[in-house]
Amino acid sequence: MVTKSIRDLLRAVVDPEIPALTIEDLGILRGIEETPDGVVVSITPTYSGCPAMDTIVEGIVAVLGLAGHRAEVRSVLAPPWTPLFITEEGRRKLAAASIAPPGGQPRCPRCADPNPRLVSEFGSTACKALMVCTSCGEPFDRFKDLP
Amino acid sequence: MIDERRTSLVGYLVRLGDDNLVLAQRLGEWSSRGPTLEEDIALTNIALDLLGRARFLFTYAGHVEGRGHKEDWFAFFRDEREFTNLLLVEQPNGDFAHTMARQFFFDAWSVPLWEHLSASTDPTLAGIAGKAAKESRYHLRHSSAWVTRLGDGTEESHRRMQSAVDSLWRFTGEMFWSDAVEVELAEMETAVVPVRLRPRFDRTVDEVFAAADLRRPADAFQRRGGRLGLHTEHLGHLLAEMQHLQRASPGLRW
Repeated sequence: MVTKSIRDLLRAVVDPEIPALTIEDLGILRGIEETPDGVVVSITPTYSGCPAMDTIVEGIVAVLGLAGHRAEVRSVLAPPWTPLFITEEGRRKLAAASIAPPGGQPRCPRCADPNPRLVSEFGSTACKALMVCTSCGEPFDRFKDLP
Repeated sequence: MIDERRTSLVGYLVRLGDDNLVLAQRLGEWSSRGPTLEEDIALTNIALDLLGRARFLFTYAGHVEGRGHKEDWFAFFRDEREFTNLLLVEQPNGDFAHTMARQFFFDAWSVPLWEHLSASTDPTLAGIAGKAAKESRYHLRHSSAWVTRLGDGTEESHRRMQSAVDSLWRFTGEMFWSDAVEVELAEMETAVVPVRLRPRFDRTVDEVFAAADLRRPADAFQRRGGRLGLHTEHLGHLLAEMQHLQRASPGLRW
């Protein structure tokens, strides 16, 4: 099926700020629709001001363009993205990249200690908070939980 | 869409966009000047969220207006009198207590605003609001924590926090005044009449002030004018800095 192959192609598009995750892992890929004029890909931003969106749009157009598809990218806002949209695969990849996934009790990615301390609710990117392990002292990013 | 309703909706979108754009610009002034690295990042992260909303709102306003105006036109090519943001958001950063008091009042008003608007009969506005509501709840947690920490901190931090609250309180009343634009759009359940946001705002302020040992100022004199384009002396300076590049070299791109 063509849709599947486009979905496969889009696995090459990653979040430039968290390159471990594809846009599908991150849960921001909302739809793929084929029209006579090309492919319409719908994505949603994680945060309103996410500065990675432009790069992601360019990535989608470039990846599909190389495979001979004319792509148009649309931004959709509803329903709003929450960390719950991150896929299981995405959560595994986050943990492997030493970023504590959202939801539940965060653990130190280095020593798995379950009692890290929140240093700042705002971290290195719009979607992450900064924590530090109270056991081994490792500072690490945690994907924000949105209230 | 009939013309009058179109004009009202554009005006409403632009005023909300202006609130968020101007405060984003103010918070951006903290970049590299924050009291700690973490706080520097927090303030600019919040600024990014606010800027993102302003972009959505201006883009949509341009679409509804139908005159070909893009988001940058709203940000860079309107003059002071055409900006309809609240007076609160244009107030200077002052010390960190002033920045946090301003943010706290804005967040405490923004949370119920966006929650109401996420049920707007206008689906695009509802989409923007649904996203903004989540972010504002996060921002409010941060600003409430600082207001509490400084108010309930040392003698000096308490004095400064109370002084910030006292000097900014006169700009809070304006957040709950409504004009014909809001009344008209609220009748169609597109917008919310601001006075409906007051009970939640009051509750948040009272709770945080109680924890922070801060005194709520009397509702004596309240300034207004922002929604009419009548601003305090601070907005012109902010716009001069923000718009300088695009005015000097229109259409310049990075």
